[in-house]
Amino acid sequence: MNAPHTWRQQAQRYLLEGVQCTACDHRMFPPRAVCTECGAASMRPHRFCGGGEVYSYSFVYHPPAGHEEFAPYPVALVRLDEGPLVAAQLTDVATDDVAIGLRVEMVTRRVREDSADGVIVYGYKFRPAIPPARR
Amino acid sequence: MSNPGVAIIGVGQTVVGEHWGRSLRDLAVDALLSAIRDAGSPRIASLFVGNMMAGELTGQAHLGALVADFAGLRGIEAVRVEAACGSGAAALRLGCMAVGSGAADVVAVVGVEKMTDRPAAEVTASLAMAADGDYEARQGLSFVALNALLMRRYMHEHGVRREEFAPFCINAHRNAVGNAHAMFPFPISADDFSRARMIADPVSLLDSSPVCDGAAAVILASVDTARALGRRAVRVRASAVGTDTIALHDRGDLLELRGAVTSAARAYEQAGVKPADIDFFEVHDAFTILSVLSLEASGFAKRGEAVRLGLDDEIGLDGRIPITTMGGLKARGHPVGATGMYQLVEATLQLRGEAGANQVRNAELGMTQNIGGSGATVVTTILEAVA
Amino acid sequence: MPSHLMRPVREVGIAGYGAYVPRYRLPASEVGRMWEGSEAALPIREKSVAGLDEDVVTMSIEAGRNAVRRAGIDPSQIGAVWVGSESHPYAVKPTGTIVAEALGVSEYTLAADWQFACKAGTEALQAAIALTGSGMAEYALAIGMDIAQARPGDALEYTAGAGGAAIIMGPAEESIAILEGSVSFVTDTPDFWRRQHERYPQHGSRFTGEPAYFRHVAQAASDVFEALGTSADDYAHVVLHQPNQKFPSRAAAELGFRPEQVARGLLSNDIGNTYAGATMLGLTAILDQAKPGERVLAVSFGSGAGSDAFSFRVTDRVRERQYAAVTTRQYIERRVPIDYATYTRYRRQLAE
Repeated sequence: MNAPHTWRQQAQRYLLEGVQCTACDHRMFPPRAVCTECGAASMRPHRFCGGGEVYSYSFVYHPPAGHEEFAPYPVALVRLDEGPLVAAQLTDVATDDVAIGLRVEMVTRRVREDSADGVIVYGYKFRPAIPPARR
Repeated sequence: MSNPGVAIIGVGQTVVGEHWGRSLRDLAVDALLSAIRDAGSPRIASLFVGNMMAGELTGQAHLGALVADFAGLRGIEAVRVEAACGSGAAALRLGCMAVGSGAADVVAVVGVEKMTDRPAAEVTASLAMAADGDYEARQGLSFVALNALLMRRYMHEHGVRREEFAPFCINAHRNAVGNAHAMFPFPISADDFSRARMIADPVSLLDSSPVCDGAAAVILASVDTARALGRRAVRVRASAVGTDTIALHDRGDLLELRGAVTSAARAYEQAGVKPADIDFFEVHDAFTILSVLSLEASGFAKRGEAVRLGLDDEIGLDGRIPITTMGGLKARGHPVGATGMYQLVEATLQLRGEAGANQVRNAELGMTQNIGGSGATVVTTILEAVA
Repeated sequence: MPSHLMRPVREVGIAGYGAYVPRYRLPASEVGRMWEGSEAALPIREKSVAGLDEDVVTMSIEAGRNAVRRAGIDPSQIGAVWVGSESHPYAVKPTGTIVAEALGVSEYTLAADWQFACKAGTEALQAAIALTGSGMAEYALAIGMDIAQARPGDALEYTAGAGGAAIIMGPAEESIAILEGSVSFVTDTPDFWRRQHERYPQHGSRFTGEPAYFRHVAQAASDVFEALGTSADDYAHVVLHQPNQKFPSRAAAELGFRPEQVARGLLSNDIGNTYAGATMLGLTAILDQAKPGERVLAVSFGSGAGSDAFSFRVTDRVRERQYAAVTTRQYIERRVPIDYATYTRYRRQLAE
């Protein structure tokens, strides 16, 4: 029964909510109590915009339990526009299009399912950014 | 700081492999009793058990008491130590502290892992617990995938092709041939390496250490006690733990294993030596990329240049810095929580001149490096042959 | 005779809208190949299919984000998150709360799921009109979204698509399109249904036509005409519920619309029937290219059965909002064709 575990992190999984250090303005995801830059222990919530680019990537052919139904799937370290790296799956992307430097944007998708009758875990994934429409 | 007075006076190990007929406790007891016999059967005061996944894969916690009980050591001080894949050498570190501080006279350390009882997806999920559970593992990143992210980035930044990693795998397999305890005692070719199927691009099967079972153990005593017991000892010149962020994404510099830099620097300082003094190096080649990053972090190659050590044939038994001399994690096998202890047993055999066909000539100073997770815990140990 | 037109006490309109269509497409020829061979008559060209990690929750979140972007409002001002669908991922547990949380809507909001076959979304829209029109909320979000279900081999399988749209109703003075009035018309007509715990719906075949779709759509639309004193000629565009190409084309013609008034909002040839999403998605496709002053008529149909008809007048604000988010057409053009085997996996129809 993972409901409390899943529920507790909704702000992170739905909204990419991390923290910003009140002393040095450094932004971090996920949230932590002590700043990785200056060591101060005073944070305020910060929502990341969700844009970024692929910093490194791989493809998972042998998934861990809970992710079998999605395999094979691409995973990546995404460099968010505000600085931090995030580890996440990529989605809606052809294998050949995955590359370091690919522009991506955060979307909310099903991330895992512990059982057919359990809670569905929704969270962030990244997909190639859909460019703004032109008139 | 250092524990100049601690020595390894006995070693024991099981064959690494798929032990369908043997349990976690069978393996641990086997290795432990071998080590005690090898040490001349001294009285053991304390036992440290290194293990990562017995809770998940065997449904067994409380390994200190379990192993002590079944090894006939009921009543002694016994606890389990966990630092993911670095559990083995971390247990040794605590053993050294116990002996070095005078808290215990003779200490046994055993590393054990039983991985083959559960389905692959469960083992994969359990291994991923070495990473950040909420922000890596639960996002669907397997442990292999995390190493693949490292390797991809390394190839990108340093312009290295996948084929150029082959010598590390070839060297490990070549050395495993001479190791009776190795899981894969057969050679492989550069062709095999380039044709290997992908586990998580660009990490292939031949970049990856296997899922397997095994246990290895050492007996520690003060150098004085070793002398009194009349045992042939290998001295522990340094044993140092360094840590780094649990998650890859929190690293300021993805391609620097900060934990290894710190751990190795501390070990060199404890031992009063430098990389050039080391005669062989048991690296933690759970994945090829880790060998490379470990060599760079420990001062054997500049950033981006460790691949050259392989290409220039400097990592073989006769090379400038022999690594994985008994097959390494790749070919001897990687029973996770036992691996650090296998490295120490093998280094001890090298320094006792008992490595057989794989003997590194004139080996006096050996180093092992055991890595937990993708570098979050790194344990570096330097051993010295006692004349 | 009294007018059946509904109009809120406070004038309201569409403050923001957003579409979502998943990227996979199953050509109707694939369904034909599987079940009817070369004799298959294909009702559409292809239909949209959701990916393995998508469901009504994830698709509603994306459409909702697009709507919030176009509205340019702080999502905490939204007073209702209502999702109409016949494929909510949970039988018990609202989709609405998940969507609200993911959009950053205030905890002091209404949130619930609506069920009325393919008109669940427009029913939610009626409620959003009422809530904002009464002044109970400044903004209300109504979503129609579906991953349409169809039994393998059933005629529905050619068309049952995935997608939908989100509409934020708000004060008329901030609107992209002002509501002129709406009509809802329902009867107990069992043309299509799905029993509790059944995986796929059943339908009355040709009974879904005349007494169901055509009767309800025509009645609701002509009631709007009558009440507003308008006719087909007064509308630049019309969107009708679109289970296929044929039904809405014929119904629109019978109401006096010319094909060019129907074309922009008729998406079924490209994405199939997105059930509760269909009418609203057609509406977003129209709004994406609408010009100030244009009138738009939208008429849904839900089996069981009923229709909601809405008359909108597009405002000057439309131009600045149209391109504030991904357009319906962009989603439609982001297509990746798949074969029937892949479709079967994506619809989780293997081993069941």
